[in-house]
Amino acid sequence: MHRFANPARFMRLSERLMPWCAAGAVVFLAAGFYLALFVAPPDYQQGEAVRIMFVHVPAAWMASFVYLLMAVASAVALIWRHPLADLAAQAAAPLGAGFTLVCLVSGSLWGQPMWGTWWVWDARLTSVLVLFFLYLGYIALVHAFDDPSRGARAGAVLALVGAVNLPIIKFSVDWWSTLHQPASVFRIGGPTIDRAMLAPLLVMAVGFMLYFASLLMLRIRTAILESRLRAARLGEAEIAAETVAGPAQ
Amino acid sequence: MMDFLAMGGYARFVWPAYGVAVLMLMGMAAVSLRSWRRRQRLWSEISATRRR
Amino acid sequence: MSAFLAVVQRDLRLALRQGSDAALVVAFFVLAVVLFPFGVGPEPQLLARIAAGVVWVTALLAALLSLDRLFQLDYEDGSLDALALTPLPLEALVLAKCLAHWLTTGLPLVLTAPVLAALLQLAGEGYLPLLLAMGLGTPSLSLVGAVGAALTLGARRAGVLLSLLVLPLYIPVLIFGVAAVDQAVAGLAILPHLSILAAFLLAALPLAPLAAAAALRSALE
Repeated sequence: MHRFANPARFMRLSERLMPWCAAGAVVFLAAGFYLALFVAPPDYQQGEAVRIMFVHVPAAWMASFVYLLMAVASAVALIWRHPLADLAAQAAAPLGAGFTLVCLVSGSLWGQPMWGTWWVWDARLTSVLVLFFLYLGYIALVHAFDDPSRGARAGAVLALVGAVNLPIIKFSVDWWSTLHQPASVFRIGGPTIDRAMLAPLLVMAVGFMLYFASLLMLRIRTAILESRLRAARLGEAEIAAETVAGPAQ
Repeated sequence: MMDFLAMGGYARFVWPAYGVAVLMLMGMAAVSLRSWRRRQRLWSEISATRRR
Repeated sequence: MSAFLAVVQRDLRLALRQGSDAALVVAFFVLAVVLFPFGVGPEPQLLARIAAGVVWVTALLAALLSLDRLFQLDYEDGSLDALALTPLPLEALVLAKCLAHWLTTGLPLVLTAPVLAALLQLAGEGYLPLLLAMGLGTPSLSLVGAVGAALTLGARRAGVLLSLLVLPLYIPVLIFGVAAVDQAVAGLAILPHLSILAAFLLAALPLAPLAAAAALRSALE
């Protein structure tokens, strides 16, 4: 892990990886949208409304996954003081919030025709709403301090505290009888979803993941560049020289 | 074509859902790129003045 | 242990000398609850149905009021630095302050709640469960609130930020606290809900001081 601690090394690695991830994201997202809208069959009960699933479910998976990543990065930042860990967590947060918002809105739009209601206070929906508030709270907290490292530490602690919400999100549909349907992909015994629907779902999920990876790398690069700019502006030539010559490479 | 757009009567749910997703995906990317490009520009200005 | 009690005593003495904290919190609690009959109308059946929820939500908001001062005053006048240097671990310090906070705000809320519930026409079966649930829930509010207070120490708009951070974390306590009362009124079992409240408290007791202490350390650096 210490190999990646060097920001310069990250800049070099990400410069090579990012175009591939971005290209992959475009390909998989395009394929995903195409499969979801044109190829996937309408559902026996839900008709064409089931197509919302191909947007709602990958967004939901990303919402939780990104928070998990944030929490791990925060733990690494607090325990090992890894210089990039804080940057990674802060870069990921707005992306996670975006996915959560898509999950909530698409879920609501799916719920109205299916359940007859835009919202219901069951365990799954409530815990995902709490997840959204945790993302927003994290972003607000990190930016609430004049000293950025203070904000980073506070955010890291908050991210870890909020991580208890993740198992609740995942298992809420098992622990309580909820309106939201139980797991049909990530479950012991394998997926129960129809094969014709699983494929577009997975393609979209891969697309979302590659999209996230590309933007995460971009945002971390931006943060590293920002810190170099700040150092240069402060006239600390030594620091600027140490972080090997910047994006001119 | 009209059948496709109508989404079996669910158009007013399906299309906004896809719309929000596309908006978010493109919006985040646009904001992140703009942020990066702005700093790129600043960095090249600064390294240009320092090289002189 | 004596150091722990010393901190509790010190905070209690400070709170009592000020006098206003507990009184203000209870006053807000009463006023906020009283607003509801004016807002939703005095019809007894409607009030009875929302009584548990209203009492709990306003108790939550009232508990928030005094949280931002939990560490603030000590931080500003340097006593937090001094306390951090004592042999008492920072986690124990947090726990001591939480205990003092609960004694001066949580406990008065618990004791006032049945009176306010009566104003809202809560059915007879609800009162004991209300006391039990709030007795189990309010310490968790102090503990989780302390984490928020420690995180926002020295932040811009700390008061509002504290509320935004802490209220989502309060939601489980709220859900099960209200459910305990509503279930009792409906004649159903409340042990599961009280157990979950107890479990939440037992989890918060070691974890909240850990998190708050970590946040305090970063503030004191």
